[in-house]
Amino acid sequence: MTGSPPTAIEASAPSRPDRDLAQLGLCAFLLVLGALVLYTAATLGDNRTGVDPLGPGAVPLILGPALIILAIVLAVATLRGDRGEAEAGEDVDLDRGVDAKTVLLLIGVFVANIVLIDFLGWVISGALLFYGSAIALGSRHFIRDLAISVALALITFYGFAIGLGVGLPAGILQGIL
Amino acid sequence: MENLQFLVDGFATAATPLNLLLALIGVIVGTAVGVLPGIGPAMTVALLLPITYGLEPTSAMIMLAGIFYGGMYGGSTTSILLNTPGESSSVVTAIEGNLMAKAGKAAPALATAAIGSFIAGTIGTTLLVFFAPIMSKFAVSLGAPEYLAVMLLAFVAVTAVLGSSRLRGFIALVLGLTIGMVGLDGVTGQPRLTFGIPQLGDGIDVVVVAVGIFAVGEALWVAAHLRRQAAQVIPVGRPFLDRQDWKRSWKPWLRGTAFGFPFGVIPAGGAEIPTFLSYITEKKLTKHPEQFGKGAIEGVAGPEAANNASAAGTMVPMLSLGLPTNATAAVMLAALTSYGIQPGPLLLQRESGLVWALIASLFIGNLLLLILNLPLAPAWAKLLRIPRPYLYAGILFFASMGAYAVNGSAFDLILLLILGLLGFTMRRFGIPVLPLIVGVILGPRVELQARRALQLSGGEPKGLFGSVDSATGQFVFSAIAVIVYLIILIILFWPLLFRLIRKALPARAGATVDHLSEELHHDLDTDDHGRPRATADTGGVALTASTSTSTPPPSRDDGPNSARLKDLE
Repeated sequence: MTGSPPTAIEASAPSRPDRDLAQLGLCAFLLVLGALVLYTAATLGDNRTGVDPLGPGAVPLILGPALIILAIVLAVATLRGDRGEAEAGEDVDLDRGVDAKTVLLLIGVFVANIVLIDFLGWVISGALLFYGSAIALGSRHFIRDLAISVALALITFYGFAIGLGVGLPAGILQGIL
Repeated sequence: MENLQFLVDGFATAATPLNLLLALIGVIVGTAVGVLPGIGPAMTVALLLPITYGLEPTSAMIMLAGIFYGGMYGGSTTSILLNTPGESSSVVTAIEGNLMAKAGKAAPALATAAIGSFIAGTIGTTLLVFFAPIMSKFAVSLGAPEYLAVMLLAFVAVTAVLGSSRLRGFIALVLGLTIGMVGLDGVTGQPRLTFGIPQLGDGIDVVVVAVGIFAVGEALWVAAHLRRQAAQVIPVGRPFLDRQDWKRSWKPWLRGTAFGFPFGVIPAGGAEIPTFLSYITEKKLTKHPEQFGKGAIEGVAGPEAANNASAAGTMVPMLSLGLPTNATAAVMLAALTSYGIQPGPLLLQRESGLVWALIASLFIGNLLLLILNLPLAPAWAKLLRIPRPYLYAGILFFASMGAYAVNGSAFDLILLLILGLLGFTMRRFGIPVLPLIVGVILGPRVELQARRALQLSGGEPKGLFGSVDSATGQFVFSAIAVIVYLIILIILFWPLLFRLIRKALPARAGATVDHLSEELHHDLDTDDHGRPRATADTGGVALTASTSTSTPPPSRDDGPNSARLKDLE
């Protein structure tokens, strides 16, 4: 069950190592993104004209190298012991490490909503999104949670889609709602 | 006094029964959401954007003004009753406010915050009435080179002045600029970073970015570290101030306002510095120094007024230049854009009716808050007990709804998830959020102005520093652009300059500096939780940095000190 203790303990656990090597992953991400931006700049070709002396390639030609330089600087800083201050908060317990199971479950529920929303409609997929998220976050009032989910989905659908004209899909309940 | 005429017209628009009702709903919903723990004003506005989608732009902005003030007020309630600043601007309020609440004085703490916010907000908005048109006249006179320089200054200011780590600030900024680049190039129509996906042709909607980074990122981050038992909420009765409290509060309110507004106006705004300055000042001037650190009412009244006045000040660059200088202004600008309104120097001319209705509704929202919140405070306090699974499930639910509704497409939900994961990563590594949002909003405009400036100069690089005088046909350097670039250089090289200045300073001045910074650390160490006080919601982790270093800073650029000293120059 999801209420069990955290399954993955990360570098931010109480006994902190000197270096936050996970930060190198961020460096890698910046590096790949920088390369991608440079590649984009290359595919644009030279489109500079008298009317547009900079052309569309100038900005990616600045941002690509900037990302790569920042990645390298961050990598050096990381190896020299620099670490970011993870965001604190009243509901955040930084001593616990990352509870990967909860996060993955939430992402799963989120993806399910993406896949289902157009077919099932907001009322069903939105209710599932709230219900699934609440349970993933540790709620164990299964019936109460379900009632709240359905109520929220119905209220938002009628309030926003029908009341305010905000575009939410009716899906398979088209004609019933 | 044509300003006043415009303002009267603005009131005429804002005071129709429908718009008053919208402002009222905005204030109530804004407070209710803003009070929820962990939700700062910026996230409040981002999450509640969908309610305004069905409205016409003017009504929508009126409602957003209510949501904005409601969110601010809700945030200060949370920080007083729960010691959990929703964003870094309420960090200082939380220091004495929470101590007061713990000492059984929650009611006067909430009352001085509410009345102080009202006074500061009203004075701040009045100043806005006079400053915005002046700034706007100045803004309209700016050509492409000058406007470019001012926007670059905003980049450097939110990146290097606010926040604890310049490296992390710049990472956030460049990530934001990269996100802002996605889509078809405005001039040639060539795709950039679209990966052949047609939905990316129009770029990534700023609303989706804001909701993804603020809301989804925050929900995932908290979910990963969720505290299993909820924090203690201090019960509260109806807020009131007795005669003694009034006497001790009114001067701090006014002084806080005086600190807050100017800092809001300058592009390096943000409420961290003025709220802190206000706190230090009140501590110096109080007749009850022994109460500081135990819950002194001056320590709530001053910073809370500074916070609200700074928020009103933020409206000046936002409405006259289209420059967002804090996270909330960034989200409001995103909202404007989603109505097809271009923020920028021409906003006040083109959308004069909308802007003045917005300003009028800031006055109205402020008053509604005061009337509503004194009696409703106990009800708001109950909201703090919301079960955490519902709170964060609700954030994901409303974030998904809002992002879907932008274009009515599930594709935006994919982007929302990716941006949420990016927001999670940024929180993990202490990367501030504000520079990213500012980069997304201003990046495309900076590129446009740079291309325009160089187009005017026929590709000559000096076109970035001035333009050809149409009367004489001679190239003239623009004083504004050159000065702004100088300021940018000073900010960028500030750590180096700071070291040089300190060497050159006479010993006594140096000692004063050390004394001030020691005091800062002492004040911030009063945190009884022993954990960093600031959350990085606005990217302003300035105060966090200081708690982690207990020695006075001789050379490093740790946020508040260097920024404050620069201000004392």
